[in-house]
Amino acid sequence: MNDLHQLTISQAHQLLKEKRTSSVELTKAILVRLAKVEDKVHACVTISEDAALEQAKNADKAIGSGKIKPLTGIPALIKDVMCTKGIKTTCSSKILGNFVPPYDATVIEKLKAGKAVILGKTNMDEFAMGSSTENSAFFTTRNPWDLDRVPGGSSGGSAVAVATDEAIYALGSDTGGSIRQPAGFCSVVGLKPTYGRVSRFGLVAFASSLDQIGPITKNAADCALVLNVIAGHDPRDSTSAPYPVPDYTKALIPDLKNLRIGIPKEYFVEGMQKEVRASIEAAIKKLEELGAKIDWDASLPHTKYALAAYYILAPSEASANLARYDGVKYGFSYQDTSNMWEAMEKTKQFGFGAEVKRRIMLGTYALSAGYYDAYYLKAQKVRTLIRREFDQAFEKYDALVTPTSPTVPFKLGEKVDDPIQMYLSDVCTLPINIAGLPAISVPAGFADGLPIGMQIIGKPFDEETILHIAFAYEQATDWHKKKPPI
Amino acid sequence: MKLSREEVQHIALLARLGLSEAEIEKFRIQLSDILEQFEILKQLDTTDLPPTAQSIVLQNVLRPDEAKASYPVKDIMDNAPQRESNCFKTRAVLE
Repeated sequence: MNDLHQLTISQAHQLLKEKRTSSVELTKAILVRLAKVEDKVHACVTISEDAALEQAKNADKAIGSGKIKPLTGIPALIKDVMCTKGIKTTCSSKILGNFVPPYDATVIEKLKAGKAVILGKTNMDEFAMGSSTENSAFFTTRNPWDLDRVPGGSSGGSAVAVATDEAIYALGSDTGGSIRQPAGFCSVVGLKPTYGRVSRFGLVAFASSLDQIGPITKNAADCALVLNVIAGHDPRDSTSAPYPVPDYTKALIPDLKNLRIGIPKEYFVEGMQKEVRASIEAAIKKLEELGAKIDWDASLPHTKYALAAYYILAPSEASANLARYDGVKYGFSYQDTSNMWEAMEKTKQFGFGAEVKRRIMLGTYALSAGYYDAYYLKAQKVRTLIRREFDQAFEKYDALVTPTSPTVPFKLGEKVDDPIQMYLSDVCTLPINIAGLPAISVPAGFADGLPIGMQIIGKPFDEETILHIAFAYEQATDWHKKKPPI
Repeated sequence: MKLSREEVQHIALLARLGLSEAEIEKFRIQLSDILEQFEILKQLDTTDLPPTAQSIVLQNVLRPDEAKASYPVKDIMDNAPQRESNCFKTRAVLE
């Protein structure tokens, strides 16, 4: 048997159900693992050990009385952008450094209702703005496959935690690739659901029309189990979809007969690393062996406009959302002045880091009088084109397959002073947020020991098909079973 | 599209974001470079296209107008940077 910390959700559930282990035992094993690797990878911002052990005891009571659900008693880590009642929620920002939410996000309520164990909160790029977790105001998280490289971002802490067995699973959030890109960089599974599938209530807002919460797990089956719990309509999020939630585990079928998969050539961009291309092509051939009909000539010609549209839309929304950090009701507050405007300006100056300021500036500019039509409105119209193009593609295909990122994880510090290069690392993931589609990243190989992720994109509200493909691919390969040397 | 120092300061004022001298110069260069990347969108004729604000087709989402308990005052006030009893203390808005 694996060590307890190495278990998947389904394995842990089985052991708990058969009473071969307890939630307290499992939680303690995870805490031991955490203590061992955290000094090397720095994935966590807050560990709430006492609360976790209390939850584990309660879970054991529930299990003892025969009330076990799929996530009962299983320890998870949460990206520090989701509100956790009574536990600090910082967004890895100084401005929320001491913020203790008075309520739980809907996803946290749902986990707690199923008696999950919440171990603590994971590091991220400040306010989820970034692709490397280097924009955390606290410290830099490291990639467990090579400690001199980035784990990706912005959900870097959550991806690293799952890759290093610091948690059985984690939650992340994804606005332009922030679940999938770090999942790809750390060789774990990460799913961004359709916009509206999972409630955003209690998710600290970055770009409200693009943000979604999703699972980061060790395999596709676990991903389905977590999505089963967190998906669904929530009256507290007016953009949450009032549609029924299927049982995603029913989609886990090992063959791909009659499934039509398109390979959009625009995602195999110039400047893409050749090992990434080779791995993804090999992975696609594997999908073909499993019965899928592959069209290598699919095309989404407006892909090249997505990056520009995204970096107008997301910062515009961010500039509006982050106006609330004025130092009055919560968060860091500059005190050394009697002037209201100066207090507000200095609160933001000292409370926000460079990337957040850059995006506030960019968004404010794009929304300002005289530039609104040329930038924001234009980008919204391009958004229409991109969405329509995906809709047309999905008349021919059940799913699309691309690399998750054009490269393997890059070196720490390599892109931190070059925003445009950093933005380009999300070139394969952000069109999916613009269109509001579901997509999953699964481990698909390595180049010199560094992970490569494959992205599978689905129709709106068809998470089942992408989980199906991810599961079938996993049954035929063992990339997802490889563990980092740590 | 090259931004001037004054334009950067004007945007910062609109956002009520304080910037150091070094930040003004850094953002002047970086934002100019990023805006240059946006030029690519001019290649597209979007005249007759409707804008998309968000990807899900839901309109006028309403809830019943029912009174419900709010969060406890103490929990909300515990995060206040400056308070006086159960009020947020702010600086004078009008002088």
